[in-house]
Amino acid sequence: MTDIHERPALSPTAFLDVRDLRIHFSTDDGLVRAVDGLSFSVERGKSLAIVGESGSGKSVTSLGILGLYNKRNARVSGEIYLDGQELVNASPDAVRALRGQKMAMIFQDPLSSLHPYYTIGWQIEEAYRVHNHVSKAEARTRAIELLKRVGIPQPDKRVDDYPHQFSGGMRQRAMIAMSLSCNPELLIADEPTTALDVTVQAQILDLMKDLQEEYNSAIILITHDLGVVAEVADDVVVMYAGRAMEYGTAGDIFYEPEHPYTWGLLASVTRLDRERSERLQPIPGNPPSLINVPPGCPFHRRCRYEALNGGKQRVERPALEESSPGHYVACHLPVEERRRIFRDEVATLL
Amino acid sequence: MSTPQEPGKKTAARKTSATAKTTAARKTTSAAAKTTARKTTTAARTTTSRATTPARKTAAKATPAKAATRTRTTRASAGDLPSEAAVTASTSGAAAAATTGAGAGAGAATTAAGQGGTGTAVREQDYILEVRDLQKYFPVTRGIIIRSKVGDVKAVDGLNFSLRKGETLGLVGESGCGKSTTGRLLVRLLEPTGGTVRFEGRDITHLSASQLRPYRRDIQMIFQDPYSSLNPRHTIGTIVGAPFRIQGIATDKGIKRSVQELLELVGLSPEHYNRYPHEFSGGQRQRIGIARALALRPKLIICDEPVSALDVSIQAQVINLLQDVQSELDLTYVFIAHDLSVVRHISNRVAVMYLGKIVELADNVDLYEHPLHPYTHALLSAVPVPDPEREKTRERILLTGDVPSPLNPPPACRFHTRCWKAQEICKTVEPPLLEIAPRHEVACHFPEERVLV
Repeated sequence: MTDIHERPALSPTAFLDVRDLRIHFSTDDGLVRAVDGLSFSVERGKSLAIVGESGSGKSVTSLGILGLYNKRNARVSGEIYLDGQELVNASPDAVRALRGQKMAMIFQDPLSSLHPYYTIGWQIEEAYRVHNHVSKAEARTRAIELLKRVGIPQPDKRVDDYPHQFSGGMRQRAMIAMSLSCNPELLIADEPTTALDVTVQAQILDLMKDLQEEYNSAIILITHDLGVVAEVADDVVVMYAGRAMEYGTAGDIFYEPEHPYTWGLLASVTRLDRERSERLQPIPGNPPSLINVPPGCPFHRRCRYEALNGGKQRVERPALEESSPGHYVACHLPVEERRRIFRDEVATLL
Repeated sequence: MSTPQEPGKKTAARKTSATAKTTAARKTTSAAAKTTARKTTTAARTTTSRATTPARKTAAKATPAKAATRTRTTRASAGDLPSEAAVTASTSGAAAAATTGAGAGAGAATTAAGQGGTGTAVREQDYILEVRDLQKYFPVTRGIIIRSKVGDVKAVDGLNFSLRKGETLGLVGESGCGKSTTGRLLVRLLEPTGGTVRFEGRDITHLSASQLRPYRRDIQMIFQDPYSSLNPRHTIGTIVGAPFRIQGIATDKGIKRSVQELLELVGLSPEHYNRYPHEFSGGQRQRIGIARALALRPKLIICDEPVSALDVSIQAQVINLLQDVQSELDLTYVFIAHDLSVVRHISNRVAVMYLGKIVELADNVDLYEHPLHPYTHALLSAVPVPDPEREKTRERILLTGDVPSPLNPPPACRFHTRCWKAQEICKTVEPPLLEIAPRHEVACHFPEERVLV
């Protein structure tokens, strides 16, 4: 078994490689350990989903990759390699040149991330003109082309509309158009469909998959919806209290999960393909505050199998170790024991 | 045990005269006592309501003013039922019976029922909530000083459904389909433009605020956002105790004790009494909202997206809590949600809404396993299931475009602009909501079963 931090510094195929990322904020109440030792990688043309409850550090991770944090109160350490270039210690200008160009972000709430005072077209053109020396007319042509690509009807007319004239789904399409303006190779989507209805969600996820095939870009999808993960993701990171609890392929996470937190998530979700029958099996208690993360395994206070560890979980933090090739789990339970529990006790609940 | 003629109850009824009974009812308190009283009452009620309804109807016709001012009594005491029957009887002309005592009054009412026929009465006691042609139009005006009406947003346009006691009805649909407006109409936070809402057989559609007050004990609401539905300046004790204070209900052990019992019931600690909402997490706040809704032991709770703002693990806790209190307190739910998986888990019956109308209404299994309306097909196919292998093979129906504006909905079938099956008839003739299989209603010209989950 190898600790995830000990794998080769740069896996040859990885487009984005995050290693032992830590993002801490000092506040009046104490140090917030929003991300505390996170490692993962994404290849071109692949999608990685980061799953977790609110306050698990998912969004901070994405902002950390983009360099969108305040240097005055955020302490960032670790390494982020984007196409071989290190970002954590790079100058803000260097990161700025990459942001929007090589990596772009789609935010959760399209209404609050679009400026109400400027037209949709203007906002898309701005992103394009910052990175390319083109005339206004060229930028406008590009904006119309992008709106057409993301499926906005009559793009030449709608380009002059303001955000309030768009519906929720169209705004999210416009956001996607904006993030695509410079053909980024890494797209970070932070809960892109949470504010949308299911039928529109299906359209947007479909569009993202099409665009990924077309541009061969790497996608990081941040979500709490396991259904969306199952539909889109190739790899999955399950985050809890700023750390990865489990990391593997979608198949590993959905069919052979080994971490009690992943079991808890899967058992508490209501499913469309299950009849109204037995009770859900929620995870007891609440997620911890990131200021006051329990020592040892952060999940031990809510863990049903805590007693099997003999106290170790309260003092020692479990390392994220490889249990089978590409499948990493941070749990003190022995591998065979985890597999046995899943097979005998958990699988029947799912 | 359940008939009004039962001797013990008769005595209780006699003691409580028509005027004194409300006070008596209010004095009955402790949670346990209430529940037991309630259980016997429910049984008693089934017989009485059958007996009294026709009499009540006559009363309403004969003296509408009097019937309207007659406030509903609390159910807390079992004794009030026969006496209520007495009041009804007196308004319908059997004054003598009322003066001789409630027990006799009930007898008179039974006689009246015998004369009036029981056909409708049987139906009414089955349903706790009946909604007929419910409409809500919001006027759209133009101008500031001279306001002229330029149109209506037809948020809810002709809903028909009934709900049995103890059932859970799920209302699903996309945003803007009118499901929340429906919820607000049922609680009478909004007044319907047309149609009727009958609660336990009584029309509450156009009651005034003061006439509604007694119904507020029976119909409660749980709101979506636990951050904005709790007053940040009030302690939990004040928030959960408010229903007792507003309704002027004194409890045996005092309001504080009752509130603490409620907090325990929803899985919070009684020590939380003096805390403020900001000290709680989202899931705990939603529990506070549930405790407040349960305070007066309602019969019907409208849950407007109660778990949408919560994380999955907390969502499951709240769903389990809602199911536990439902069986414990014999509640009926209207569960409004956009998440079809949550609705599948909690509902007995499900209504799918599109642009202010119900397009399909069926029992849980029928709707999810044998859906008939194309819009239901599209909705179900759009919900991803947490199973990557199945996701790859599942059929997905992608709807094009957005939901049309309810200001100017498409004529005839409202779904025809996005429907892949639409024919000429869909643009000209509105399909009625028809029961095409037992307890399975659908509004479509070309219904067809499709397996999607």
